Amino acid sequence: MKSKYLFVGFAALMALSPLILPAYQVTLLNYIGLNALVVLGLVLLTGVGGMTSFGQAALVGIGAYSTAYLTVTEQLPQFLMWTGGSPWAGLLLGIVLTVISAFLVGGLTLKLSGHYLPLGTIAWGISLYYFFSTIESLGGHSGISNIPSISIASYALDTSNKMFYLIWLILFVAIILTKNILNSREGRAIRALKGGQVMAESMGVNTFRSKMVVFVISSVFASISGWLYAHNQSFINPTPFGLQMGIDYLFMALLGGVGSIWGAIFGAGIFTMLRQWLQDLMPVIFGNDGQYETIVFGLMIVLLMQKAPSGLWPMLVKLVPPRFKANDLHTELTEPTQALPAGDLPPKGTLILEAKNVTKKFGGLVANNNMNLKIHAGEILALIGPNGAGKSTMFNQLSGVDVPTSGEVIFLGEKINGMLSREIAKKGLSRTFQHVKILPEMTVLENVVIGAHLRGKKGVWASLFRLDREEENNLLNEAKFQLERVGLGDYLYTEAGNLALGQQRILEIARALCAHPSLLLLDEPAAGLRLKEKQALAELLMKLKAEGMATLLVEHDMDFVMNLVDHVVVMEFGEKIAEGLPEDIQKNEAVLEAYLGGAA
Amino acid sequence: MDLDIALILGQDGITSGAIYALLALCILLVFTVTRILLIPLGEFSVFGALTLASIQAGTPSRIVWLLVVFFAFQLMLDLYAGFRNKTPFHLRSHILWAIYIGLVVGAMYFLPLASLPMLIQVLLALAVITPLGPQIYRLFFQPLVAAKSLVLLIVSIAVHVALVGIGLLVFGPDGAQTQPFSEAVYQWGNLAVNSQTLYIIAAFFSMILVLWYFFGKTLYGKALRATAVNRVGAQLMGISPIFAGKITFAMAAFMGAFAGILIAPITTLYYDSGFIISLKGFVGAIIGGLASFPVAAAGSVAVGIIEAFSMFWASDYKEIIVFTLIIPFLLWKSLTSRHIEEDHE
Repeated sequence: MKSKYLFVGFAALMALSPLILPAYQVTLLNYIGLNALVVLGLVLLTGVGGMTSFGQAALVGIGAYSTAYLTVTEQLPQFLMWTGGSPWAGLLLGIVLTVISAFLVGGLTLKLSGHYLPLGTIAWGISLYYFFSTIESLGGHSGISNIPSISIASYALDTSNKMFYLIWLILFVAIILTKNILNSREGRAIRALKGGQVMAESMGVNTFRSKMVVFVISSVFASISGWLYAHNQSFINPTPFGLQMGIDYLFMALLGGVGSIWGAIFGAGIFTMLRQWLQDLMPVIFGNDGQYETIVFGLMIVLLMQKAPSGLWPMLVKLVPPRFKANDLHTELTEPTQALPAGDLPPKGTLILEAKNVTKKFGGLVANNNMNLKIHAGEILALIGPNGAGKSTMFNQLSGVDVPTSGEVIFLGEKINGMLSREIAKKGLSRTFQHVKILPEMTVLENVVIGAHLRGKKGVWASLFRLDREEENNLLNEAKFQLERVGLGDYLYTEAGNLALGQQRILEIARALCAHPSLLLLDEPAAGLRLKEKQALAELLMKLKAEGMATLLVEHDMDFVMNLVDHVVVMEFGEKIAEGLPEDIQKNEAVLEAYLGGAA
Repeated sequence: MDLDIALILGQDGITSGAIYALLALCILLVFTVTRILLIPLGEFSVFGALTLASIQAGTPSRIVWLLVVFFAFQLMLDLYAGFRNKTPFHLRSHILWAIYIGLVVGAMYFLPLASLPMLIQVLLALAVITPLGPQIYRLFFQPLVAAKSLVLLIVSIAVHVALVGIGLLVFGPDGAQTQPFSEAVYQWGNLAVNSQTLYIIAAFFSMILVLWYFFGKTLYGKALRATAVNRVGAQLMGISPIFAGKITFAMAAFMGAFAGILIAPITTLYYDSGFIISLKGFVGAIIGGLASFPVAAAGSVAVGIIEAFSMFWASDYKEIIVFTLIIPFLLWKSLTSRHIEEDHE
């Protein structure tokens, strides 16, 4: 069944519900919709981007307080006079303030590793709560009342039932936008944040920017929810924007399943209903008032994390007969409209990469000492040496993962040491990793198309409104072409994690090729490959060489290296001990000594 | 502001700063050994303080029944695990646990609580709260020993939320203050020093000394340090991460409760006061980069002092000022970090 039909069916069901359900239930559905909008942002942030925020409630508060202040205050300051206290201006003000604060909090914490963002958002959430409670013009603890209702072209949304349609309409639009962004070039960069940041950076993705994008989007969702909340309630005080509510939002997301959009809606639904029910029930059991439902929710989340960390929604989906499941999850490929932009490769024989006296010291240990090497276009160079010779360190110096202590790395006439790996990627250097870095839950095709990130231009806005479809199709076709070229054409829609290790290495090569690099750096590409696969890989590399690509590979498999490469550099103890044609290297005494321990 | 007020504020600041520093040390200890950010630490403090308050009021604290309930679940889980996975069931340790809990419950209900000497009252409160640490670890965190740190953080928050509810159930909504350790006030020039302040500072330094001895000189301490540096490596050397987790949680519960007991005479604590207190410890720990003990301790003392002074100048904005203290630190950290870090999961 097409997901479109499922979506329309659900929307139709929701549209009918206020006509059938009693007022109380409609009010409850309003709350569910308001919560779901915030939780949707958390799906993007936590489920997809791998970041946690406990401060969403504070952002809801910004949205709510902005509009409340603007619509209720009689003497607005001069610069806000023009708004005339309209709720729509309130929406705008809320979004602007939220985005500013998202930039502030994000800018401070998003560059740091895992724990600082959640802790930062906790501090932020508490501070903002106290701020709302102390500022006089915001009504302090007692809040702001008499907030007017929203009117659309003088039609006032002054009842629960009328608000229902606005809330759920906005929610559905948000769902569609979220789906759009996830299914795009920017979206893949966002999805790579969870466990693939180093890889994404080396494919040219600015991960900080991606984090900021999701953080801002989720904040805007929260802010809009606050706007709706304020006008729906016509009264606000600081309590629903405190940290407790921030935690509740996260619990809703986790309960339903933080990885999926529908899980978020589902989670918001059952959490909201369960809370209502528990708040009625618990005082009856314990005999007095109090927030006892927190005990139940706390324990429930612990249990969920222990037994089913991906939430209830995936379990529910399993029960649905296949007939009713969405079966069009993959973007359909059509004929590409044009080839992706691809600069010409430098003519054969051009000096592509040169390492000049590269030295890397880790404290007292000299891992690379005065290393020199050159790679020309249309040439395959192998860097070999016994274990611990410093090959991988050298590789990291060349690819920008690490910075040499002294010496220079020159790529196409430009010094690149000290540059970020995404900047180096822009110059036309692409690489694979010794320990494969793939995103196991994404399809093979999606993994590979990340390599073409820099060859697309469409950004966030284009993706939100699906103006990127043509380019997206071209990008996907390029990835498909590269996959077919390396022999993985049968696995386009397989989850990458299900491939064998050797195939995952090949996938990495396809991904690197997607960037149309002038230099390919391969870290042990043949490890884990079977003989046939090795032969196929060798053939591919020869073909690339014929096209004028320069390749540097670090490899242990001597048969593979000696029959393939043009030039060999041998390292031992961090130094170059020999350099030359494969035949000469095989006879070189120093090399034999290094490998066999004494002249054979 | 004149010098007298400054001295008083400084004294207040150092007092609460020392408490935050104790909590920051706990947070770092637990974080480095288990990767868990122990949000519920503040609940240990509050539970300790409120238990002591109810002992001093002569009413048995219902918190002991939480120990019993946790023990029952622990027993069931271990029996089930033994039955299902044929893991050895440690009968002896369960019997010891049962005896210990029986003793604590007995002490709570049969001793003349109010007339006990203060020291015994404090020890009894600590004896009740400390086992909660390993119990909480066993029930909530042990099954997740291999989980991602994000999951651990969420569970930590969930446990905090549940414990606050339990706190309300056990201690009720009323706040409590305990009797000071002694009423003495020492006059020192212009400065009147409360003896409670001296107790707190002395406790702080003796705790540091004990920790230093434990981690520097004892085998168990070294085992924990090894786990903190390299979990897998330590495991290969025979140090069970579960064992390390339980020990660490016991220490955290003990130190947390102790910190709560130290401040209980000077502040009124409610069942939900713990969070804000432990968050200030977190501010200190963040200033220490979640890694450095001395910097975290210094940061916490700074938090205490700044809090005291902002209470004087802008009491409404006290909490805001305290929590924005992490901003310069985060900014500095953010500007100096160049590397893209993969979140280790």
